[in-house]
Amino acid sequence: MAQRTTVTVTVNGQEYTREVEPRLLLSDFLRHELGLTGTHVGCEHGVCGACTVLLDGQAVRSCLMFAVQAQGHRITTVEGLAPGPDPEQLHPLQRAFWEAHGLQCGFCTPGILMSMVPFLEENPDPSEEAIREALSGNLCRCTGYQKIVEAVKLAATMGTRER
Amino acid sequence: MTTRYFGQPVKRNEDPRLLTGRALFVDDVDLPGMLHVAFLRSDLAHARIRSIDVSRARQRPGVVAVYTAEDLGDFWRHGPLLVPPPPVEGIVFHQRTQVTLAKDKVRHAGEAVALVVAESRYLAEDALEDIFVDYEPLPAVVHLEEAAQDRVLVHEELGTNVSAHVVQRKGDYESARAQADVVIRRRFVYDRGTAAAMENRGIVAHWDPKAETLTVWDTTQAPIPIRNGLAAMLGLSEHQVRVIAPFIGGGFGPKIMMFYPEEMLLPWVSMQLGRPVKWIEDREENFYATTQERGQIHDAEIALTRDGRVLGVRDVFLHDQGAYAPYGLTVPINSQCTLLGPYDVPAYYSEFTALFTNKPIVTPYRGAGRQHGVFVMERLLDIAARELGMDPAEIRRRNFIPPEKFPYNNEIIYQDFAPLVYDSGNYEPALQRALELIDYRRFVEEEQPRLRAQGRRVGIGVVCYIEGTGIGPYEGARVTVESTGKVSVATGIGTQGQGHFTSFAQVVAEQLGVDVADVHVVTGDTDMFHWGTGTFASRGAVVAGNAIHAAAVRVRQKILRMASEKLEAAEEDLELVDGVVRVKGVPERSIPLGQLAVEANPLRGAVKPGTEPGLEASDFFGPERGATASGVHAMIVEVDPETFLLTIRKYVVVHDCGTVINPLILDGQIQGGVAQGIGNAFYEQLHFDENGTLLNASFMDYLIPTATDVPPIVGDHVVTPSPLNPLGIKGAGEAGAIPVGALFAQALENAFSDLGLEIREIPLSPNRLYELVREAQEASGHGASDGPGPGTGSP
Ligand code: FES
Ligand code: FES
Repeated sequence: MAQRTTVTVTVNGQEYTREVEPRLLLSDFLRHELGLTGTHVGCEHGVCGACTVLLDGQAVRSCLMFAVQAQGHRITTVEGLAPGPDPEQLHPLQRAFWEAHGLQCGFCTPGILMSMVPFLEENPDPSEEAIREALSGNLCRCTGYQKIVEAVKLAATMGTRER
Repeated sequence: MTTRYFGQPVKRNEDPRLLTGRALFVDDVDLPGMLHVAFLRSDLAHARIRSIDVSRARQRPGVVAVYTAEDLGDFWRHGPLLVPPPPVEGIVFHQRTQVTLAKDKVRHAGEAVALVVAESRYLAEDALEDIFVDYEPLPAVVHLEEAAQDRVLVHEELGTNVSAHVVQRKGDYESARAQADVVIRRRFVYDRGTAAAMENRGIVAHWDPKAETLTVWDTTQAPIPIRNGLAAMLGLSEHQVRVIAPFIGGGFGPKIMMFYPEEMLLPWVSMQLGRPVKWIEDREENFYATTQERGQIHDAEIALTRDGRVLGVRDVFLHDQGAYAPYGLTVPINSQCTLLGPYDVPAYYSEFTALFTNKPIVTPYRGAGRQHGVFVMERLLDIAARELGMDPAEIRRRNFIPPEKFPYNNEIIYQDFAPLVYDSGNYEPALQRALELIDYRRFVEEEQPRLRAQGRRVGIGVVCYIEGTGIGPYEGARVTVESTGKVSVATGIGTQGQGHFTSFAQVVAEQLGVDVADVHVVTGDTDMFHWGTGTFASRGAVVAGNAIHAAAVRVRQKILRMASEKLEAAEEDLELVDGVVRVKGVPERSIPLGQLAVEANPLRGAVKPGTEPGLEASDFFGPERGATASGVHAMIVEVDPETFLLTIRKYVVVHDCGTVINPLILDGQIQGGVAQGIGNAFYEQLHFDENGTLLNASFMDYLIPTATDVPPIVGDHVVTPSPLNPLGIKGAGEAGAIPVGALFAQALENAFSDLGLEIREIPLSPNRLYELVREAQEASGHGASDGPGPGTGSP
């Protein structure tokens, strides 16, 4: 059977070491080796954005990376945004999505959240156009994007309130 | 009732789980000892299979089993016919349904010929490379008109590619035509697209040999029929099979195709091997193995009086079934039935021929055939308006079914096998409202001429449609007040993002006076509720919603009966508020519902004769026929004269789906539907070459709209409650998507009206639009370099 390599990564603040095949995708590693199934896979070829996670704070598509390439890096997945589904503990962006009905089936949502977290950090007060541009790397088949845009706007205002 | 939950924009109960990555989707299921399945699929659309050699694959380390059609033994079969043909006189119907694995012949690219079971998906896919299939390629039947010639046959033994032939009539078209002042005849084409739900399909099957139970997690919209069908196929009792449709990442129709080959095979494989097995479709497979829709060619004719009254419509069309037709005639019947739309048309002749082709299977996808019918009718009206020198909005208004004519019998047999009778409707106010919101007059009279003078290509469109929704047969539900005072609701339909966990909770909260967040809805688990059919035809809210309402009303009656004894007050004097039942005006005389639930289920003593224990009730709802929703879409669009890219300046939807349970969720459904409609109209088209190979089977090449392509939608509602159900609701799931193709055609035509551009096909694309404009320019004698001419005055 194929050779295996050791990989050590920090995911949502916790360090994991696993023996993996070099060809294992980061998305599959997170989902199936670590059981962090909040990261979704919609296309496996880097277009839909459902698999977006943060690698050292930058949004990346985990289906376009091998797990071994994450060696030594810090990853945040959607599970890292809030300790659990308790409404009290949601991240402001998650609260805004809830409030504005920014999701339907919710399949694209983790990837959208993980794309918008760094976007809002860099653009605390984005225009609608900038939001749409930033969202254009994530496909959503349910919402028509309008309420996602509204949710991101709302999060921007909530973010400033909290600061 | 003191607090109203029904009709409020309540936040969704399911969202915290989805937002935090804690909701269970099928691919999240992980079981000890689970094996993984990969399918070998044909690259050829049409070929004879001479032999399949799997010996090397079987020897690969990590491979547990490999199956071809041969290896399935008795289990090799055709899937069931999901919807039998409707009772139309003179109907021709040839049944051919998909097979578990292709034997002797493959009939579309992507058809599965073998499956590998291995310790990991990676290994299973490696082993696919080891399989050698010796194919004898056959010419492929790709185009509909080619299929109709029967030169190459998809199913030889039929002697024809005809899957069905249906003629339906209302009134006498020929005599209507004889009286007409104007007759217009055109050919229209509506090509194929795919639903492209973000979540691909997937199945996990777990046969537990000791308990003798089969558990299946399936991305299906219809878990109960899947359970019943699987039990029958596998020789099990229905109670041995549990099908769970957990969170589903978008359905849109193709997830209710029963049975996909994988849906039949995975449970069987698990029983063979005594281990859990998982298959998750990848995106490329989804482009071939998940069903698709659209694909019709219409030769249509409309007969009118000089003042724009429609006397009759004649339509003869070809419908593409793909290689098999498990869903019967639902799609073409919907096209046939929806074509007349909101218009009072006395005579209609409609004939279709459904044909087999060597392409992926066609089953309903959001709109389910209605798009095509709406496209044909709306186009005919536009062309007629132009010829008669009438305003497009006016010709529609003139032909609306007037409010006093409801219920209105359309006389054409619908997908529920009864003539489509429109239950209620009031079309003119919706049109009026849409025209106001888009500011029609001002645009046409002032803005458009001004913009045109600047050389800008701007166009306006306004189209109307109806949608038969919420058909039977029935759904059911059980509502239980638990000892904590929380309420649980179980219903059988699956849910794919429509917010049922919330809208159903609202229906119950309204009756029982509890907080929406305290109502826990379970859908799609056959162990929780095992009566019902599924989520399709915009019927979830209508049919399941009313079943839940009926069950909640019964629980309410139980509560009132019990509380009236305990509180020594007449039932009429009681109210249910904030989780308690209390005497009106005397709030201290109250009992919490939880306490009442405990007392209704005593551990000692006797339950009174003639009563049931617990605060629980089940009930069912079966509408006598579907409820007809309707709406109007309007748009102002600008075309870049260089790139032919579009900017949608404004998009308006005025919709009537009867009583609204949750306006937030409804808006979301409409907006999402419009986005899919926009994709279907201008971005998405499946391109098959002459060999039946799909040329754009990835999101890199098949473009679904992004946040920069979809405009904000200005929406409003008109409410004409349905008289057919106690809640007065009509379905809304598909409405956003239905008229968008027709709208694009009209608005784009309007942007180039000086050239006499006529659009008779959907999907378009920047390239295609460019070609059509060029052709129009040539035909009208305008050189390519000519600027836009003056507006014709008629949009
Ligand atoms: S799954 Fe990674 S971009 Fe689609
Ligand atoms: S909410 Fe379903 S894909 Fe975005």
